[in-house]
Amino acid sequence: MAPEAVLETVGLGVRYGETRVIEDISLTIPKRRVVAFIGPSGCGKSTLLRCFNRMNDLVPTARVTGQVLFRGRDLYAPGVEPADVRRAIGMVFQKPNPFPKSIFENIAFGLRINGFQDDIGDRVEASLRAAALWDEVSHRLDADALGLSAGQQQRLCIARALAVEPEVLLMDEPASALDPIATGRMEDLIGELRGGYTIVIVTHNMQQAARISDDTAFLYMGELVEYKETQRLFTNPEDERTEAYITGRRG
Amino acid sequence: MRKSEPGSVSRHTRVGERLIGALLFGSEALSILATVGIVVVLLTESLGFFAEVSPVEFLAGTRWSPDLVPRSFGILPLVNGTLLVAAGAALIALPTGLATAIYLSEFASLRTKRTVKPALEILAGIPTVVYGYFAVTLVTPVLRTLFPGVGVFNAASAAIVVGIMILPMVSSLSEDALSAVPDSLREAAYGVGATRFEVATRIVVPAGLPGIAASFILAISRAIAETIVVTLAAGATPGMTLDLLQSVQTMTAYIVQVSLGDAPSGSIEYRTLFAVGLLLFLITLALNLLSQRMTTRFRESFR
Repeated sequence: MAPEAVLETVGLGVRYGETRVIEDISLTIPKRRVVAFIGPSGCGKSTLLRCFNRMNDLVPTARVTGQVLFRGRDLYAPGVEPADVRRAIGMVFQKPNPFPKSIFENIAFGLRINGFQDDIGDRVEASLRAAALWDEVSHRLDADALGLSAGQQQRLCIARALAVEPEVLLMDEPASALDPIATGRMEDLIGELRGGYTIVIVTHNMQQAARISDDTAFLYMGELVEYKETQRLFTNPEDERTEAYITGRRG
Repeated sequence: MRKSEPGSVSRHTRVGERLIGALLFGSEALSILATVGIVVVLLTESLGFFAEVSPVEFLAGTRWSPDLVPRSFGILPLVNGTLLVAAGAALIALPTGLATAIYLSEFASLRTKRTVKPALEILAGIPTVVYGYFAVTLVTPVLRTLFPGVGVFNAASAAIVVGIMILPMVSSLSEDALSAVPDSLREAAYGVGATRFEVATRIVVPAGLPGIAASFILAISRAIAETIVVTLAAGATPGMTLDLLQSVQTMTAYIVQVSLGDAPSGSIEYRTLFAVGLLLFLITLALNLLSQRMTTRFRESFR
């Protein structure tokens, strides 16, 4: 039985001004799986990711065609509030981007703007624990978040995203600005979140995709070339472009 | 011959470079010397003043009457007039300027921003005497119609016009501060479901606060140093009042009054110029330094 689809794109295309970035992409993101988007720089994997929480709305020249269905509802239908979409579908960015506030306030921000009623302190702790950061910062929640290391900052950003309990977590090359040790920790963390959350992760690191994801989609020049279980994609690619890319002959 | 060529070229360059260096140093030294000279004159002439009037009387006295007997040299009425006008101007310019900056940085389309911002900056280039006339010929009559009993000279007219004058400075510099806030922070806030308004007020403005504060301080400093508008519109009545509808005299307007008058060089009245000028200089210097420090700290926080 096929797992329940959380997100689904139907004939999705994005243009920035006159430039077509992705075209006619139809795929489904199954519930509670980790899906990796791989492909060479400029293949449109980040653009595709940013359609899922309407982050492309922030680019004035971006035009989205086709549909993105979130539990069957079109995210781009008139009347849909982008802010509601982004609360339900959280995001972690390429570069750690904590607010210039305290560690506590970084996480409390999302709770406050969303009118969270319960104990904010409890939720902050739970989020920091979920992001494997609690033990390192529990004694200095009032400290400036910018004083953390890059790896800690990125885990703080994950905690911030988790705090508002999104159904999906989008990660745009979350380890690309981190050193190997911090990257390892990030991958461990994704391993811990795996199974509990639906995660879509863009990565330029194929080994990383192979290690952490259940399913992998290969994009090339704005087109979805191949999308299947990670292990099958890496051991038995059907398309020659996929094979060329994962064996390092192209990209 | 071939061997010596590169040597001679480099020696030639070295002489040229030294010459340019000397020229640049000279022009730098000139501007520093001019500044030092001004400060020295301010200080020495003020020393002459303070030999006759105690600094305590000068700084704490509440009656300013340097020409009429009984003479009195308490500068507080002039400081009062200066701060009254500056505060009134700030009341107008700071909120409006910040709101304009937030609109331009966070809400306006790129096209609007590209049109409005240069227009605002042109506004900052209008000669201040034009603003002075604007105060006397338009704002004061309107005020006098609205509030019968308001004099020809009043602090309100000067404050309103100085406020309008420093508004572009506030909006332009604050907008720079807001635009300098990295987009990654906006994305982070949008990412947890913030609306545009929440992003602007809860993330961008707090992050840009040191830069905004710097623009505020600079604008207030400019209002304090403003001369021609207050001379034309606020009058020449030194007094301890918080009533904007009354005539006041600012420190700058007093300096104009004495400079235009016939106070003999070396007289005590003549020397008040330098004492008042020194205090004015110290106030604006302190504000400008404060503003500069905030800007530096602001830049460091986003490196």
